[in-house]
Amino acid sequence: MLEGKAWKFGDDISTDHIAPGRYFHLRSDLPELAKHVLEDADPEFASRMSPGDFVVGGNNFGLGSSREHAPTIIHLAGVSAVLAKSFARIFFRNSINVGLPVLICDTDQIEAGDALEVDLETGKIKDLTNGKELEFKPLPPTMIKILNDGGLVSHIKKHGDFKLD
Amino acid sequence: MGKTLAEKILSSHAGHDVSAGEIAIAHVDLCLFQDGTGPLAIRQLEKLGVEKLANPDRVVFFLDHSAPSSRKELSNDHKFIRDFCKKTGARLSEVGKGICHVVINEDYVVPGEILIGADSHTCTGGALGCFSTGMGSTDVAIGAAYGKSWFRVPESFKVYVTGKFQPGVFPKDLILHLIGTIGADGATYKSLEFCGPTIDKMDMSARFTLSNMAVEAGAKAGLIASDETTKRYLESRGREDKWIPLKADDDAEYERVIEIDVSTLAPTVSYPHTVDNTHTIDEAAGIKIDQVFLGTCTNSRTEDWEVVAKIVKGKTIAPGMRFVAIPGSVEVMKDVMDLGYYKTLVEFGAVMVPPGCGPCVGIHGGIPADGEVSLTTMNRNFHGRMGNPNAEIYLGSPAVIAATAIEGVIADPRKYVKELKTIGKPQIVDTMALKAVAQSAQKTIERVASDTATVLGPKAKEASDTVEKVARKATEQYGPKVRKAAEDFEKTLTRLASDTTKAIKDMLSSKPPKNTTKKTNTKNIAKKKTEKKKAVKKKITKKKAAKKAVKKKAVKKAAKKSVKKTVKRTGRK
Repeated sequence: MLEGKAWKFGDDISTDHIAPGRYFHLRSDLPELAKHVLEDADPEFASRMSPGDFVVGGNNFGLGSSREHAPTIIHLAGVSAVLAKSFARIFFRNSINVGLPVLICDTDQIEAGDALEVDLETGKIKDLTNGKELEFKPLPPTMIKILNDGGLVSHIKKHGDFKLD
Repeated sequence: MGKTLAEKILSSHAGHDVSAGEIAIAHVDLCLFQDGTGPLAIRQLEKLGVEKLANPDRVVFFLDHSAPSSRKELSNDHKFIRDFCKKTGARLSEVGKGICHVVINEDYVVPGEILIGADSHTCTGGALGCFSTGMGSTDVAIGAAYGKSWFRVPESFKVYVTGKFQPGVFPKDLILHLIGTIGADGATYKSLEFCGPTIDKMDMSARFTLSNMAVEAGAKAGLIASDETTKRYLESRGREDKWIPLKADDDAEYERVIEIDVSTLAPTVSYPHTVDNTHTIDEAAGIKIDQVFLGTCTNSRTEDWEVVAKIVKGKTIAPGMRFVAIPGSVEVMKDVMDLGYYKTLVEFGAVMVPPGCGPCVGIHGGIPADGEVSLTTMNRNFHGRMGNPNAEIYLGSPAVIAATAIEGVIADPRKYVKELKTIGKPQIVDTMALKAVAQSAQKTIERVASDTATVLGPKAKEASDTVEKVARKATEQYGPKVRKAAEDFEKTLTRLASDTTKAIKDMLSSKPPKNTTKKTNTKNIAKKKTEKKKAVKKKITKKKAAKKAVKKKAVKKAAKKSVKKTVKRTGRK
């Protein structure tokens, strides 16, 4: 069970918002880059969020560049999951590869600052602040296998090859 | 059931037939990394203990995002990549060689193959009929190590393009318009297939521009059939042996078909901060710009430089305007030097940056100041993209940035196409299409003039003369001036409408006029008029109602009512 506070963001949060290009030189220093996570969407997010909190977006979360650094630093910052109405393709795939849960649900039901409880097993999201219960769309089976193995590198390490059947 | 391009290529690489929605583990032929994504990929391979790549000759690392390096941290990343290439035999594209998506298509991409790249604009390779898609560092690292990856076979959208571009309108306008229409997530997870007579006639440079921006609609790939144009391009790069013909089956299944006739397309500009925030040039014209930028994997090829050079040649850059120009590759750089475009741009006032990504990555090569506004040929205008979150980015075609550099504000390039014509660029001047427009405009104008004269009698004489004058002008001077003629026509009609209302009011306040119009004639005219374009229609509705009012000659009261109705319907007097 994941528990934390909701940090609300709008539609079209790009990887430039998450990992700004001007910090390109920090890509080989991920803990340092993580200090700037989501800086161009909310400059105070990195300093004020607590480990376990949730990033809650709107439509098309993570659009733009293929930089895997984006989900990696969200994960490194201690965010327990990203909730959004929809995700951009590469960000979604990268998140699974780095072990960051990305959940598709109706985020209009969640307000900034709400306390959330997320059960990855049952697919249920509980908003403890407003009492609403939401469900998230189950991940494709292929991605569940990779996520359960702890990401793509661990999956390959474990099986010596792709083992997605 | 036939197959789409995506299904064909993924089937041939999975070893069995696959269709949209299925998961396929497929062989990958070519892997791309750049200096921003390469180091993380190498570290993932180190974690896995991988020392040998499946096919190092077909794994290419490009040093292009920070080229030459702007910081010591990035210099160290470059060194890290160079050492890895040396150790594993992977190919290295050095600093200054060019942008990964330009160089890989010049030298490596092959129709019918699969390319995965740790850069979202890897989809550019789809223009050569190669299934090319962007992934993260880890996915591409595994692809390089094991020679395969997993794919969800995408559903496909068929984008069927017809018509000829107006002079001054380009494929960049088409792709911006498409993204503006379907949205920045309109094709998420899908494969776009660009086809139709307009695509068949497009050169490779234009096709690259389209495929490059597929990801800006969320698409996984932007594919184009491999045809004679593809073959000629590969020949020009000394790789004719790599060509195979490839197209989708006629009975392939598409989730969505989007047909676009480009003949009515206007230059299009994306406003900050999303690519789908598109506006036509008429709306954008006049916005003050501090810096224009010609470059990036979208529009940095010789053909793009040609358009810009021909527009700015002999002109002076607007006061206070900065112009950053970056050739996409060293090959492009040599070309534009040989053709004189490089010198033209330097003389115009552009600052030259060596081949690479430049300010599109936001670390060097022209980062805007707080509050500044840039207009660029880039593919993204996201918040902070050029390195400053307090700056704004507009996107447009090379022609739009050229016109803007001259005027200092966003400007319509169509007014400069006459000069393009005299220099001789047949594919961007189409007098036949304009002649047809002029002739059709003349017919409309003449008919409206005659109708007006019939209905209003002597009152319309003056207006009718003006309209006929405009008609003559349109026919004699077809070409870009047709637009001007049409505008005059619009003005005349507006004046006519207001004159009509005034005339009727005057008539009503004095005495009821005689009806001299035959009923059948009126009906016929009304029917014809409804076929006119919207703007014309509005005014015609007014005239039609006016005629009705005139006909009810005996009853002053009824006529009054009718005028009221007209006003209500058109919303104006």
